[in-house]
Amino acid sequence: MKRVGVQIPQFFIIFFLILMMFLAFRLEIPLNWIISDALVRLVMNGVLVLSLVPMLRAGIGINFGLPVGVIAGLLGLCMSVNMSIKGLLGLSAGILFSIPFAVALGYGYAGILNRVKGKEEITATFVGFSFIPLMNFFWSTAPFTNPAMLWPIGGKGMRPVIGLKSYFAKALNQLWMVEIAGVRVPIGLLLFFGMLCLLLFLFFRTNFGRALKAVGENEQFAGLAGINISRVRAWAVILSTVIGAIGICVYAQSYGFIELYDAPLMMAFPAASAILVGGSMGRHTHIIHVVIGTFLFQTTYLISGPIANELMIPEVAEIFRLMITNAIILYALLYEGGKSHAAV
Amino acid sequence: MRFFMKGENPMPQFNWVPLVFAVFSATAFYFSEMSAAFVTNEVITRFIRDGVMVLALIIPINAGMGVNFSIIVGALCAQVGLILAVDYRLGAVSGLLLISTVGILLSIFSGVIIGICLNRAKRREMITTIIIGFLATSIYQLIFMVGYGTVIQPTNQEMMLSRGIGIRNMVDLEMFRNVIDTLWLFRIERIEIPVLMILCVFGFALMIKYIMKTRLGKQFMVIGESLEKAEALGIHVGRVRIKAIVASTLIACLGHIFYILNIGMLDVYTAQMNTDIFSCAALLAGGATVLKADVRHAFSGIVLFHSLFIVSPQAGQNVFGNPALGEYFRSFVAYGTIAFALIISSKNQEKLSIKEKTVKVT
Repeated sequence: MKRVGVQIPQFFIIFFLILMMFLAFRLEIPLNWIISDALVRLVMNGVLVLSLVPMLRAGIGINFGLPVGVIAGLLGLCMSVNMSIKGLLGLSAGILFSIPFAVALGYGYAGILNRVKGKEEITATFVGFSFIPLMNFFWSTAPFTNPAMLWPIGGKGMRPVIGLKSYFAKALNQLWMVEIAGVRVPIGLLLFFGMLCLLLFLFFRTNFGRALKAVGENEQFAGLAGINISRVRAWAVILSTVIGAIGICVYAQSYGFIELYDAPLMMAFPAASAILVGGSMGRHTHIIHVVIGTFLFQTTYLISGPIANELMIPEVAEIFRLMITNAIILYALLYEGGKSHAAV
Repeated sequence: MRFFMKGENPMPQFNWVPLVFAVFSATAFYFSEMSAAFVTNEVITRFIRDGVMVLALIIPINAGMGVNFSIIVGALCAQVGLILAVDYRLGAVSGLLLISTVGILLSIFSGVIIGICLNRAKRREMITTIIIGFLATSIYQLIFMVGYGTVIQPTNQEMMLSRGIGIRNMVDLEMFRNVIDTLWLFRIERIEIPVLMILCVFGFALMIKYIMKTRLGKQFMVIGESLEKAEALGIHVGRVRIKAIVASTLIACLGHIFYILNIGMLDVYTAQMNTDIFSCAALLAGGATVLKADVRHAFSGIVLFHSLFIVSPQAGQNVFGNPALGEYFRSFVAYGTIAFALIISSKNQEKLSIKEKTVKVT
């Protein structure tokens, strides 16, 4: 079942990208700025997109409950900031602290998803949605002590946006930054992303990774072959949650702010859209889909901003982004449905 | 067995959700220290505003398509009609005529499209309807924030933003305010009862009851039970499912017209927000599941869910000294109820399928 050629979403997004490149050229937006930022944005969002792969491979579907992983990552980041650890060490500490949370939350999340086989996507969406207000309780009463994170008046409850400038903002972005012909290439950041991709690739080469793929391909055969399906699915969910937690750490350092409260509510949708643009179709998901998809998707995001500003209607960029995001997800849902319908 | 009517589930499972809601509402009401009259008035208002919207969910659930989150599209159709009425500066009667005509035509059209989409996405209807709702919202925003003033020329300059492109966030509907909701207004002490509006909501409920009793309603029920069975009986499954979605979108559109007219202002870009989530949560709070829903679930659900919604911020303020906590609690209840219902329903389904299998074996 190997698909060859360009599907409608890819065609559409490439067409859109060319159109916007043309506009950007007309509006004299410098090309080297676009490329530099595109590289940063690839990794900034790429890790979050990468987190969808294990669950897709295991046949659980798109992880619309990405906020669960994101919140684990935010907890780790807040702990790191609370201890005022600076620089790369602070980021690493944040990632390290978030992993136990991600494993614990992922375990519970997996328990839920194993109960709702066949309806994972919709349940995941609402588990993610309902987890956000639950965590809002925690954020507004959190026992953190660093005054940079708390409301300036009253000194209780976390701020919705925490600046990381004096901690580890852009720590990974600026690691081994090289300027080649006016384009700033963040080698450290790209290496980090490459390493994560490689690790995940190698994981799917191990016995356990093969078992995971087998469950995704055909659950009944996998069961007959002696694979404990629930356990494998649970590990896929946990892995997705952990990578999601790392993803938000990378995102926050790149963005320069930790965003709490309702900010992660809609994070799953652009990520899902990116991986679908890359050519992922359910179980047939490869790491390369993540890289291509994130690059194409995030570059259109990136260029649409300044163009809309030039055209004097700044809201257009945001509306277009949302429209593209949801149109791509809808296309994927209908395309897969049409396929299974034909099979019946 | 003979205690139960024919065709009814001989072992109806007790649903704990309404009871939990009742306990929560009562506790929050106690701590909020609000007067009973105020809460009753608010609940009646919400009943009129959201009642029809909740009823719109019933038909697709019984047709086995789950919760139709794309009722938001119906709401958008109503808003399009309202904006057009304001644009052409129509009076109360002609305006209402235009609003309902535009709304009905648009919602039938979009209902057919949604139905065709959902026929391609069988068994994943709910997630598809959510995405359709998001997509429709952005298309709507694009039309009214960008299209108006560039492609579409408005006749009423008052509702436009000062830059000449896009409609203002708030459009006043003064000519429609208090046109229908003050008719037959009764007062008992401090409680106001707009009888006509309540009768309208009950009228919709009766209509849905009637539809479920007709041939079409029976077809919905059979499809809801099993797609294979319906096909074996010679029912044109795809077409009947489209009818279910068209009915749902249409009712949602009319319900949203009620909602906006009752408020008397149109929040152009955000009035439709969360109507899907709150309606769904209210229906489930009343004891419906994602597989089976009835009019009585809708009515008890609205009362339970909205009384909790009204009192919880004040209760949060009184108990924790922070109204935001009550706010978070509300959102958690709305999303959490849906998540819980989804988890519970698939557990029941599993049991059911096991039962069916054992029956086949024996």
